[in-house]
Amino acid sequence: MSLSPGIKLCGTHRINGTKLFGPVKMSIAAGGWSCILGSSGVGKSTILRLIAGLPTGGRFEGSITSSDGRPLANRISYMAQSDLLFPWLDVLGNVTLGAQLRGEAPDIEQAMSLIDQVGLQDHVAKKPATLSGGMRQRVALARTLMENRPVVLLDEPFSALDARNRADMQELSSKVLNGCTVLLVTHDPGEAARLGNQIFLMTDHALKPCSVPATPLIRDTGAPETLKCQAELLSALRSQVS
Amino acid sequence: MKRLGDVFLVIVVAVGIWQLVVWLSGVPPFILPAPLRVAETLFDSRELIFAHTLVTVSEVLIGLMLGSILGMATAIHLAGSKLARRLILPILVLSQAVPVFALAPILTLWLGYGLASKIVMTILIIYFPVTSAFHDGLSRVEPGALDLAHCMGATKRQILWRIRFPSALPALGSGLRLAFVYAPIGAIIGEWVGASQGLGYLMLLANGRAKIDLMFACLIVLAVLTVFLHFIINRSAQFLEKFTAGTIAFSIKPYGRKP
Repeated sequence: MSLSPGIKLCGTHRINGTKLFGPVKMSIAAGGWSCILGSSGVGKSTILRLIAGLPTGGRFEGSITSSDGRPLANRISYMAQSDLLFPWLDVLGNVTLGAQLRGEAPDIEQAMSLIDQVGLQDHVAKKPATLSGGMRQRVALARTLMENRPVVLLDEPFSALDARNRADMQELSSKVLNGCTVLLVTHDPGEAARLGNQIFLMTDHALKPCSVPATPLIRDTGAPETLKCQAELLSALRSQVS
Repeated sequence: MKRLGDVFLVIVVAVGIWQLVVWLSGVPPFILPAPLRVAETLFDSRELIFAHTLVTVSEVLIGLMLGSILGMATAIHLAGSKLARRLILPILVLSQAVPVFALAPILTLWLGYGLASKIVMTILIIYFPVTSAFHDGLSRVEPGALDLAHCMGATKRQILWRIRFPSALPALGSGLRLAFVYAPIGAIIGEWVGASQGLGYLMLLANGRAKIDLMFACLIVLAVLTVFLHFIINRSAQFLEKFTAGTIAFSIKPYGRKP
């Protein structure tokens, strides 16, 4: 994997002339986990889509730059809330999807090693319909890793999972995405407190950095500093909503 | 086995009602022949009916094959090209304003009394449902899947063949289901307008000579043919649905995959 860059986003986003957010300034640190926390509809996913170069249905005035000055296109991997697995492909087919879509021959050995890493070695030839929600999300994680991109954008990828699977996936992702610049969009203060090297609280028009515990990732859910951070984030979130 | 029993029961009930109507109404055989009489005619004229059935089956199958290929090719072309959507889509919609049956005499005039005019008639009847259903399927792909493909640097061509095409197979199945039921109608209409062979021709001939039992025999053969076609396409469409849903063992292997 090439060296992971930091990302700077400055600007305002409008949909049909109405401001969704901005002007905002956000510096995402290189090689760490940054979380955007906010309630539904404030534009968290829009920021992620802007960085990914995906259509947002609006107009962004500003700039998105990387710390190494190189374009971000083709250096980003994306994982959404829905696993987006193709039901007609088996686990190996889904993990190697990127190469297939680019018309390249996939590296089967690497794919098998990643499938092994996410603990699905016994399910390589299974179709998504036969897998549980947690397993499907692990396939999506292996597919994201297979892209071998230095920047990984996660759009609430664990929100549809049950508590146990969510905690497992958070730990697994933190382990396997070590070294990547990760931007996680979430509405769960607990998740942000556990995973964020940086946490940004997104409110109606603004984006402000929050204080984070000094402990390394992935933080223990029961640790006093994690619980304190979670409580502060929840309180900040609630004060914005009300 | 239970389903086969149900089919048998339906046939017995239908024939029973038919026989009952003949008994109760007392209509003469040249208006409504009894089922037994039709069965006798079907057996006695089996060679004649079989020869004409072969012609109709040929028209239907060739028309179905060409119409389906043409419809699928048009839908893929529409999905892959903006220019094609701008040019072909309005023409396709406008073409539906002309009743296809009204074209039968013109087709016979242009293409003669042989197979060609019936095949073209069949193609015209099934082309729109296949094109429309498949194009609809190709256009309705989950936006998230397209976002993912965009981030992966997929080309439009690969998105079409590796995402849109497999996603659209159930919709293609729906279009083909309609096509397989419509196809015999196209061939028969073509034969009614002008032909020297085929079940439609034989029915008209029998009608003109007051051989209503022969006409009914042809009708039964035609119904059996349509039911058989429906059965075949239903199974095929179910296979396409299961393939897309990933509920069958068959799957597409990535390039260079070891067996």
